[in-house]
Amino acid sequence: MRRALLWLPLGVFAILAAFFFRGLSLDPNAQPSALIGRPVPAFALSELHSGAALTGQDLPQGPYLLNVWASWCITCQVEHPYLTELSKTLPIVGLNYKDERTAAQNWLAKLGDPYVLHLFDVDGQLGLDLGVAGAPETFVVDATGVIRARVQGEVNARTYARIIAPALAAGRAP
Amino acid sequence: MFAEFGHFALVTAFAIAICQGMIPLYGYATQQDTLIATAKPLALLQGFALAVSFAVLTHGFLVHDFSIHYVANNSNLYLPWYFRMSAVWGAHEGSLLLWALILAGWGVAVSLFSRGIPEHMAAIVLSVMGMIGIGFIAFMLFTSNPFERLLPFAPANGKDLNPLLQDPGLIFHPPMLYMGYVGLSVAYAFAMAALIAGRLDATWARWSRPWTTIAWSFLTFGIALGSWWAYYELGWGGWWFWDPVENASLIPWLVATALMHSLAVTEKRGLFRSWTVLLAIAAFSLSLLGTFLVRSGVLTSVHAFANDPERGVFILGFLIVVIGGSLTLYAIRAAAVSEPGRFGWLSRESWLLFNNLMLTVLAVSVLLGTLYPLLVDAVGGGKVSVGPPFFNAVFVPLTAILVSFMVFGPLTSWQHMKDTRQYRPLIVAAIVSILVGALWPTQMLGDYSIASALGTVLALWLVLGTLLDIWQRRLEYGSAWVMARKVGAGFFGMWVAHIGVAVTVFGVAMVENHTEHRDVRMGPGDVQALGPYEVRFIQMESLQGPNYSSEMGTFEVWEGSRLYQAVTPEKRVYSASQMTMTEAAIDPGFTRDLYIALGEPLGDGDWAVRLSIKPFVDWIWGGSFLMGFGGIIAILDRRYRRARARQQQPVTPAEQATVV
Repeated sequence: MRRALLWLPLGVFAILAAFFFRGLSLDPNAQPSALIGRPVPAFALSELHSGAALTGQDLPQGPYLLNVWASWCITCQVEHPYLTELSKTLPIVGLNYKDERTAAQNWLAKLGDPYVLHLFDVDGQLGLDLGVAGAPETFVVDATGVIRARVQGEVNARTYARIIAPALAAGRAP
Repeated sequence: MFAEFGHFALVTAFAIAICQGMIPLYGYATQQDTLIATAKPLALLQGFALAVSFAVLTHGFLVHDFSIHYVANNSNLYLPWYFRMSAVWGAHEGSLLLWALILAGWGVAVSLFSRGIPEHMAAIVLSVMGMIGIGFIAFMLFTSNPFERLLPFAPANGKDLNPLLQDPGLIFHPPMLYMGYVGLSVAYAFAMAALIAGRLDATWARWSRPWTTIAWSFLTFGIALGSWWAYYELGWGGWWFWDPVENASLIPWLVATALMHSLAVTEKRGLFRSWTVLLAIAAFSLSLLGTFLVRSGVLTSVHAFANDPERGVFILGFLIVVIGGSLTLYAIRAAAVSEPGRFGWLSRESWLLFNNLMLTVLAVSVLLGTLYPLLVDAVGGGKVSVGPPFFNAVFVPLTAILVSFMVFGPLTSWQHMKDTRQYRPLIVAAIVSILVGALWPTQMLGDYSIASALGTVLALWLVLGTLLDIWQRRLEYGSAWVMARKVGAGFFGMWVAHIGVAVTVFGVAMVENHTEHRDVRMGPGDVQALGPYEVRFIQMESLQGPNYSSEMGTFEVWEGSRLYQAVTPEKRVYSASQMTMTEAAIDPGFTRDLYIALGEPLGDGDWAVRLSIKPFVDWIWGGSFLMGFGGIIAILDRRYRRARARQQQPVTPAEQATVV
């Protein structure tokens, strides 16, 4: 009995090791969004420049990217050149998040405007419905208006290849 | 060419480690003294080779040799020299090199300070440490070489050190922590040597004890420094986050604490032998497991280092060899260990058994909480996270029980205590603690809190119980002077460390229950009340640092009509990485810290500002320092030196009875 008990620590460790081996092939950072596979939530916001009312009806026919940005967000400046490049082939909707109207307008005037549509979300309503944790975040929306993927943080060539391109491809093949 | 020299030194160290891991052990198996005698010189040589390698990498940082991939990734022309020194261990490859260097350093220490230990035992210990060295150096050479070149196109400037790590705390925190982690390898190697040589007795425990204690002290300092660094550098104002990386250091600490106490029983009474060996194996294995968790990326963490599955597989393989191998040896050899002697239910043995039980339960709960997300994910249960509520709900009550019974162990005699008169003054101590503790929260900011009262009662109870123990020793020896000379450093160390526990418990209870904390919107000219103070936002200005630009706020803290102090929290953006860092302004004090940090700019010159008064927060680290310092006092005990002089005579029964 006592002899058998002495093997117990080894047994416990063997089970743990098997779990660790399995754990190596899982990505702990993958953050599944509750919204993936769902349509963009309904909203009633204003246009950044004119202040005109905007709802889900005004969104472009997909596929497009929904980019959450703000003038106070430094990483947004970092990803801005890449988004500008991307906007030549893919429409991007800008969701200006918890920002000042004039600060945001100046930011676009200074750095250039990659967006086809400007949603102004001063108190983060749509951001909340989308489950935005912070700017920047980018959602891939397919032709039927359904969210396909989400990028938390900077959009660059790497995240494009890893997340956005596969989601666009999956959206195209029904 | 210089970097290649460092690489060469690393390969040399690898070769030496292989010799050190094989030759002395082969010598032991075949009874050849000449081979056994190679252990110490080989350990010294390995230490030298790794020191050369480490010096070369440091040189690369100092002279901005960006052709070295690791330097280019973790340094920058504008990084000050002291951060270039600490950047050596600022990322994966370099911290492994530091780890290997410290392991070799412990090997050097063992070969220099093991004259009282039989030659063949020291040789097996060094051999086991050599084998661990083989694993770590191989890991570096094959998956994470710090000397890899970026040729032919070396960048003109580096990517800069992670701004989180550009802090004096980082200069000391990792080396201290590694000294602790790796120091536990000595206790592990002693346990393995005892299993291999079939010599699991009180003598073995005596050899192993000072090494365990000193490693534990370093681990204590390392964890405390890390917690302190998180407090003032991460800008969240907390001091412990139950982050997997923090837990990875806490688990071995809990087990090492249990080991220290269990070793005392094994040394003095020859009991718990099999259990003590298992703890020694577990303490170091859990240190390695911590490394695996941090380096392989199986768990997410604020500390996340670069993840790489190939590295993960390597470390896992290494873990299986080291832990699986030692547990197999344990299962085979420990069966032969008999447990002589009995002890009564009221004896120091039983209190220490209780201590071990509680510490093990604590370690297992933290381990389970840390691994739970991984376990659930592995069986397809999706992503879950175990947050602070779980850890607090488990850790706090168990610790409270442990601390409330800590007082009894030292006051109880070995074997069997017939006379409980020694306990009687504890009734007074209990009454005083409960009265003072119950009233204490009324003297603090904020509402009355039962938790705070309980924490105060426990801390005071532990201090009074420890003082009672000191007082009874004094009576026993007749005078304080005689006691101071006779009682042995081990006791002083224990007293200091136990009082340290009380200080930390008190600090935690105060911070967690009486912190006044407010997140407010403030612009220049605004005033906010904070406890007895008034905080005035004076101005914002932009500054340019060596490798960052900064928005610095000036706040004046007024106490009534008197200006108490002006403080300047900052928000820094590091140029190379574009990372934003919060530099909180902290005014430390004996009874409270004032904490002011800038959040996000809110427009119109307004900022989100975080204001806090944290009562007794520095006591948390002060107490931890006392614990670690107690360990250092304990290893100065003269009986360790005497044991050395006396060579390997076994402890006589008479000694067992008198030496405590």
